[in-house]
Amino acid sequence: MFNHETLDKYSPLENKIFQLIDDDGMPLDKKWKPALSDKQIIQAYKDLLFERTADYMAVSYQRQGRMFTYPPNLGQEAIHIATGMVIKEDDWLVPDFRELGAWLAKGVSMREIFLYFKGNEDGSRFVNAKRMLPVSVPIASQLVHAVGIGYAMNYQKEKAVVFAFVGDGGTSEGDFHEALNFAAVWNVPVVFIVQNNQFAISVPIKTQTKSQNLALKGVAYAIPSVLVDGNDVFAMHEVLAFARDHADSGKGPVLIEARTYRIGAHTTSDDPTKYRTKEEEAAWALKDPLKRLKGYIEAKKLFDTSGEEALVAEYKKKIDKEFEAAEKHPEYPLDDVFKYMYQEMPSELRRQKNAYENYLQNKGGAK
Amino acid sequence: MKVMNMVQAINDALDTMLTEDKSVVVYGEDVGVEGGVFRVTEGLQLKHGAARVFDSPLAESAIAGTALGMAIAGMKPVIEMQFDGFSYPAFNQILSHISRFRNRTRGKFTVPAVIRIPYGGGINALEHHSESPEAYFGHTPGLKVVIPSTPYDAKGLLIAAIEDPDPVIFMEPKRIYRAIKQEVPEEKYNIPIGKARVVNVGEQLTIIAYGAMIREAQKAIVMAKQKGWSVELIDLRSIWPIDRDTIRESVRKTGRVLIVTEASQSYGAAAELISIVNEEAFLSLEAPPARLTGFDTVIPLPLGEKYYIISPERIFFEIDKLIRY
Ligand SMILES: Cc1ncc(C[n+]2csc(CCOP(=O)(O)OP(=O)(O)O)c2C)c(N)n1
Ligand SMILES: [Mg+2]
Repeated sequence: MFNHETLDKYSPLENKIFQLIDDDGMPLDKKWKPALSDKQIIQAYKDLLFERTADYMAVSYQRQGRMFTYPPNLGQEAIHIATGMVIKEDDWLVPDFRELGAWLAKGVSMREIFLYFKGNEDGSRFVNAKRMLPVSVPIASQLVHAVGIGYAMNYQKEKAVVFAFVGDGGTSEGDFHEALNFAAVWNVPVVFIVQNNQFAISVPIKTQTKSQNLALKGVAYAIPSVLVDGNDVFAMHEVLAFARDHADSGKGPVLIEARTYRIGAHTTSDDPTKYRTKEEEAAWALKDPLKRLKGYIEAKKLFDTSGEEALVAEYKKKIDKEFEAAEKHPEYPLDDVFKYMYQEMPSELRRQKNAYENYLQNKGGAK
Repeated sequence: MKVMNMVQAINDALDTMLTEDKSVVVYGEDVGVEGGVFRVTEGLQLKHGAARVFDSPLAESAIAGTALGMAIAGMKPVIEMQFDGFSYPAFNQILSHISRFRNRTRGKFTVPAVIRIPYGGGINALEHHSESPEAYFGHTPGLKVVIPSTPYDAKGLLIAAIEDPDPVIFMEPKRIYRAIKQEVPEEKYNIPIGKARVVNVGEQLTIIAYGAMIREAQKAIVMAKQKGWSVELIDLRSIWPIDRDTIRESVRKTGRVLIVTEASQSYGAAAELISIVNEEAFLSLEAPPARLTGFDTVIPLPLGEKYYIISPERIFFEIDKLIRY
């Protein structure tokens, strides 16, 4: 199990990457035993498959013009599923916008996600997800919020850890650096997860930074930091479990660079063929997290994966139902534009709303 | 002459200035290889090289701050904020330094930089992608703020902005990026910053608008014409400086004025314009100066946007009220 000694061995300064299984899912160290039970491993596989199926479905709904945009998670699911396995009910999840599996684990519904990407703020309510923030569009801005939450947890003597996500591109923003510095100085229980999927829209990581890895960024702020194979669900799980424990025991923040690859487009409005090669995509396809986990499961004969199609069919049905529910969501009322701006609606807002209602009633020309 | 949409016209203006002036560089997020998320800078890196048209790391504050450094050291940077809402991380540099450097150094250092910002709603976008922040910039002493409403104006105004000795915020109404096609001269030309354009001559009421609202106002004017009403339309083009002369002349003639902005109301451009109308044409007014603006709310996500975005019908409704006042 990943521990403080392993952490020292995997110094970002030496650019070492922590991984447990190879591209085919075979353990790199024959003596290694997974910290997860067989049942948990099978569940991880199912969750990963679910996330991937949900993504394909979402992309196809968007293509049909039933959602305005969608940022696919394809290829990054192991990070999300592993987070889902270690995050506790009282822990906070501070998302970026590309970690679907972790949101689902927190209790977000696909219906809500679809609703959000159909263009309704109701999709950010996350009614059954305790301590889960909405998607953060202004890149890296959410990280400082995570640090504030961490401070509140310490101050209120609550045993809860904050999991905060950001992308490789986000590490260039000032907010990323300010968050790391505050987190270390305040010794807050925050686990920063940097999903390095090699791109920020079209901009490759080599244009983003001259550092040989992103875990190094934490070193400068005296935060225990580690580079992990983000497509290896076992490695991600061990490191996240370690990080949670470290933060939970009052030792402060941890930074994890999860190295991965964005298999899909940035969002449905992006065309990656403009800025990357088929060869690069093919090389990363060998490291696909689902393929690797399946390889492990098949080699150990944990589960008969030949039933995958039936599972996918079952998930599709479930996801379709969620989408239907999102489509049946009540029409967006005018009230919703105004009523969440303040606790009490100021008279000026009421006046503006009344003027608009007056227009609706009398359009066609004042009589 | 070549038929262009606004994206092509802006691209053409950048190309023209990159060709003519070696001190011009173009950078920002995804502007190089990709040619910008709206394709505004498409092909420019290929033509002018990666030292002059390039992708920067993802950090708006640094994009703006480095532009200041380049500008005071003799270059003419044209930077892009990928979307309106992402100009906010650059506020510190724009408000604290870019707008003030000339004054602070008593003219020793100047900032001839251009900050391009695709802005506004109506494109079915995510949160923070549909903002209209022109009043923040217009309120900031030391900046010029320009908003074109046609491809022709976009090219001429952008060239003027790049040639301007002071920092210019160049806001591009992304909703009409591809909606209007127009003949645009292939050669260089320049539209002076601070000069409004009378789009439509009329006698009974003046509409003052800019950006994507011009097209909506034009549609409303067609509706008004069917009622026999004659409405004048002024495209402000420059949010700061404001063309008082054109406003004065028009409102003194028509006696009625309606300001239309997509941005929210309070402390917005419409408030400033109405003050100017009062200062310049008070005694000619036959009705209280009126404004039709976005609500004082966050612009809703796409399913709620229909309430917020101003339609020609709503503009017509206000015209009707004012003319019958
Ligand atoms: C402050 C800010 N600037 C620009 C954008 C536009 N934008 C959205 S996603 C993105 C790239 C993000 O890259 P990364 O952090 O690597 O996350 P990824 O999309 O790869 O998951 C950009 C530039 C934004 N959302 N916020
Ligand atoms: Mg990325």
